[in-house]
Amino acid sequence: MHANPEAIMAHEVQHDGHHVHHQSFITKYIFSQDHKTIGKQFLITGMIWAIIGGLFSVLFRLQLGFPGESFPILETVFGKTWAPGGTIKPEFYYALITMHGTILVFFVLTAGLSGTFANLLIPLQIGARDMASPFLNMLSYWFFFLASVVMMSSLFIQTGPAAGGWTVYPPLSALHDASIGSELGMDLWIVSIALFVVSTLMGGLNYISTVLNMRTKGMSMTRLPLTVWAVFFTAMIGVLSFPVLLSGLILLFFDRNLGTSFYLSDIVVNGQIMPNEGGSAILFQHLFWFLGHPEVYIVILPTMGIVSEVISVNSRKPIFGYMAMIGSLFAITTLSFLVWAHHMFVTGMNPLLGSFFVLLTLLIAVPSAIKTFNWLTTLWRGNIRFTPAMLFAIGFVSLFISGGLTGIYVGNSTLDIQLHDTMFVIAHFHLVMGVAAFFGMFSGIYHWFPKMFGRYLNPTLGYIHFWVTLVGAYLIFWPMHYEGLAGMPRRYLDKSPWVSFNQFGELDRMISIVAIIVFAMQLMFVFNFIYSIFKGRKVTTQNPWKANTLEWTTPIRPGHGNWPGEIPEVHRWAYDYSKDGRDFIPQTEPVGANEKIEH
Amino acid sequence: MATTATVHQTKWWSGGKSPFNVEYGKLMMWYFLMSDTFTFGALLVSYGAIRFSQNYWPNPGDIFYTFPGAGEANLPLAFVSLMTFILIMSSVTMVLAVYEGHRGNKKGVAKWLTWTIIGGLAFLFCQAWEWTHLLTGEHPALVNGHIQMLSQTISHNPWGKLVEGSAVTDALKNTSPDVLAKLVYEHDHTMSLAQLTALPHDQLAKMINVSELHVHEAGPIAFGGFFYGITGFHGFHVFSGVVINSIVLVMTNKGVFERRGHYLMIEKVGLYWHFVDLVWVFVFLCFYLI
Repeated sequence: MHANPEAIMAHEVQHDGHHVHHQSFITKYIFSQDHKTIGKQFLITGMIWAIIGGLFSVLFRLQLGFPGESFPILETVFGKTWAPGGTIKPEFYYALITMHGTILVFFVLTAGLSGTFANLLIPLQIGARDMASPFLNMLSYWFFFLASVVMMSSLFIQTGPAAGGWTVYPPLSALHDASIGSELGMDLWIVSIALFVVSTLMGGLNYISTVLNMRTKGMSMTRLPLTVWAVFFTAMIGVLSFPVLLSGLILLFFDRNLGTSFYLSDIVVNGQIMPNEGGSAILFQHLFWFLGHPEVYIVILPTMGIVSEVISVNSRKPIFGYMAMIGSLFAITTLSFLVWAHHMFVTGMNPLLGSFFVLLTLLIAVPSAIKTFNWLTTLWRGNIRFTPAMLFAIGFVSLFISGGLTGIYVGNSTLDIQLHDTMFVIAHFHLVMGVAAFFGMFSGIYHWFPKMFGRYLNPTLGYIHFWVTLVGAYLIFWPMHYEGLAGMPRRYLDKSPWVSFNQFGELDRMISIVAIIVFAMQLMFVFNFIYSIFKGRKVTTQNPWKANTLEWTTPIRPGHGNWPGEIPEVHRWAYDYSKDGRDFIPQTEPVGANEKIEH
Repeated sequence: MATTATVHQTKWWSGGKSPFNVEYGKLMMWYFLMSDTFTFGALLVSYGAIRFSQNYWPNPGDIFYTFPGAGEANLPLAFVSLMTFILIMSSVTMVLAVYEGHRGNKKGVAKWLTWTIIGGLAFLFCQAWEWTHLLTGEHPALVNGHIQMLSQTISHNPWGKLVEGSAVTDALKNTSPDVLAKLVYEHDHTMSLAQLTALPHDQLAKMINVSELHVHEAGPIAFGGFFYGITGFHGFHVFSGVVINSIVLVMTNKGVFERRGHYLMIEKVGLYWHFVDLVWVFVFLCFYLI
């Protein structure tokens, strides 16, 4: 609609009393209050973390694929303390898997994902100048940054970072002397995650009130794009579940440093009886998983929104079952709070109680299936454009199905007691919330990169990135199901002493090699990302994907305030594709005299 | 140009009528309070889970019976009732501050905010006294066959089951003279503690009237951690509230809200303050009443 943003801006300055002023480098790029810049800050910090977390997985895959073999470079890089003779020390291995989980779950797929897309898309897609409170939004990033600094610093201390698994179960995490990874590294872990919770809270409050309160004229809740609905529910989950983790961590911190006994009872460390009495380690697991389970939906919901949007735009078809999509998001949000104990079937819980959690867990299959069905039916007979974003969105659906089906296995207490803590679980959650969420995130980055930086990502590199990652992900995680069914435990340093696992030696080697290739492919994506920011093909039209949503009505590189003139008014939902003989009808277009509208 | 410059809107909202007639800050405060409910909820549920897994839990009347200046008089829950009254009154004064804000009366707002701050501070002083009293007060407890003087700390609780008279007599034999001297001194001030300590064990044991002595077994360790943890976390919220109220009071006096034309900020701060009071009602219920 606005052919020449410059001209319109000049017009606004003259006639509407707006004034233009230049910002310093610091207020523009560092302590920015512009939601788009904050989104980019989250994205880039998240990418740095993803490289570190991914590298860690490569390191421990070296150990798992080639147990006991020497890689002299490891000693050169990590020194004699952590990798003597080029093999990874057990303590180092546990630190690596712990930090891999922590980094990927919290720093990449929570902050890096929600932080990026909620910030970028909410104001742009609902038609707002910025977040409800840009200042709190800025603080949200800087608390995340502080959390990052603290967690990063724990990698460089003498006793190393936390090493009790990303779930930090006591007593390992509650006693300084329990292991080397339970020392200062564990305290820093708690402090970092506490800061992280504050960041999530500030971000989440902002997202919720912005969606509820700042929508443009005509943008009713049932006209919101599904991306906005998804990050809205994600924020709800975060605001209600992270505080419980915070409470749990406060008690853990007291147990570690003040001598309380919240989680400790009858413990012997190195032959010495500890004075703690009356606490319960299971209590921590309840508090942890009350966040921990909703957390996997915090990871997956935003990508569900992104995928819905990308699939609809690139199929040139309205999203199938828009209201069902919202309803299923709501159902998942609600159920996510009622299933946490399915992570704890082996803690000796009452089997009757367990069966309730089984029932509620299996219920999640219903909204998940509705969503999958709707994505497939949206694709059905669509005029599909296979952009890199679209490929990643379809890849997401594939991975979500593959990983989701095994969720029905591990959600059953009868099966889970057998499969608990085996490689089967690793395969399940990596496919359904690890790789799938990454695919959703990639899809979002390829799709909205033009909006973020005014240039395109290189599509050829994008196609290579997609195919290698998709095939690689399946090659890595598919075989793990078989390992797990054979009883191979997760988290073990070396499985070669067990004769029964020797059959998987070659397979593990293959997994490790593919993991290295897939990791290298992600570095290529990072190269593509950085290269394209500066040298990518320039975006020349306002609406490169011919999409209906409001972010494509802004100038190619929107300034702070997003629309140079008035905020556009909305007259229809976001999914009028291939309607009445037209390819697409933007949300801003008034409804015709005889036109029927969906919402 | 759009990339290097910023458009400053005089009015952020230009899309027509605001869909919700609530200001965003108030909405955020409500959601924050919902979130904080879960923080306290998690702590209180943890407390319940541990408490009901124990064989014995102390009777609140045994623990909270003292009153400043009343010595060892047995006044169960009197002091905490006063604390609760103070906090609830501070909620009343907060309501009055909000009311004056609606009327746009700057002086009224400042007056009632001041009273609210005083109420909050008074509550914190009460809590400090109670904590100090619990942490420093010594109570006889039966530990491994002898009597020890225990304080209510995060690793000790002196209020387990009451011990029978005969068991106390047996325990006195194994108890150190220091402790015996303290037990005598509690009921009989004719000699100073130093003089008593100098006396031999047998003589001290005879001076003790077993029927006057209330000796408990050592109680559940978990009590202290939860009590100090949760009341401390609540106290931290009250403290934050006092700080926020003070900031808002300064802003009121400087006429910030008068220039804004509304006292919405007082309402938002008031929501927080009422929430903190409401949480106290639950803390009070969990630790003092049941």
